[in-house]
Amino acid sequence: MSGLLGKKIGMTRIYKGNESVPVTVIQAGPCFVCQKKVKAIDGYDAIQIGFEEKKERSTIKPMKGHFKKANVRPMRYLREIRVDNPDDYQLGQELNLGLFELGQKVDVIGITKGRGTTGVMKRWNFSGGEASHGSKFHREAGSTGQHTYPGRTFPGKKMAGRYGNERVTVHNLEIVRIDVENNLIALRGAVPGAPGGLIMLRKAVRVNLKKAK
Amino acid sequence: MSNAFIRAMAQQDYRELPPFNVGDTVRIFQRIKEGNKERTQKFEGIVIQKRGDGLNKTFTVRKIGANGIGVEKIYPYHLPAIEKVEVVKKGKVRRAKLYYIRKIVGVVKIKEKRQKSQ
Repeated sequence: MSGLLGKKIGMTRIYKGNESVPVTVIQAGPCFVCQKKVKAIDGYDAIQIGFEEKKERSTIKPMKGHFKKANVRPMRYLREIRVDNPDDYQLGQELNLGLFELGQKVDVIGITKGRGTTGVMKRWNFSGGEASHGSKFHREAGSTGQHTYPGRTFPGKKMAGRYGNERVTVHNLEIVRIDVENNLIALRGAVPGAPGGLIMLRKAVRVNLKKAK
Repeated sequence: MSNAFIRAMAQQDYRELPPFNVGDTVRIFQRIKEGNKERTQKFEGIVIQKRGDGLNKTFTVRKIGANGIGVEKIYPYHLPAIEKVEVVKKGKVRRAKLYYIRKIVGVVKIKEKRQKSQ
């Protein structure tokens, strides 16, 4: 299984006849293989890929050596992707959107927008209480447990707190349009994070095998 | 939202309709599929608003339908199913959005734009 790193550009829509298809435009790749992890040494098989060039002078010395080994320019983002056989890839090899094709399903991994401290209604979709009619119970959480027995609130109880800024995978987004030359791809639906956020694309892992046949 | 990359991705979908403005009376020809049959639906009325940009651009057409009931349709400007747009009348209005005509009972009068004599 191979993947790509990219940046969310934003959303728009594409028309198909009378239908309007909501799409997210992502600028993905080109990525370069920076390191190979093999089972014998690292305990697992993976490749490390880099995305988006950065300046030589803003790269620290140890990293310069790391990139030099793979004979690639310094990269801003490095991520590992598990592969079955790292020997299928060469150090410094370029990966681009050629991995994917139109109509295929892909998974997108990203970091959602950070929302800071939020209440339970936004964070856990609690229904809250009435806004008016003399109600004094508006957006609170309600009861957090029972009485003397167990006499405590169970761990994991859904409460208010920090929400967002977490890794989320969106499965099976259809590729509506792909432009390998300009490294642009349009996927049906929404993708986690704000425009400009780092995003990882991979071939869909949860494929409906019955449908595929 | 418009952005160079988004525009690059969607360039091929952009359409060029004959120029019309808010206040104009237009006739829209839209292809509609019903089962296996395809037909063209005509809709004629006054353009009461234009909004958005890029592929999100839309315009609203209002007409008075049967029994004097107002009917409004919001068309995406770049919708491929729009066969053609005919400008029937050029209107002269002083608003960008003609929401006020919703409250008017009876015939809506909009001054016609005088054509420049050549």
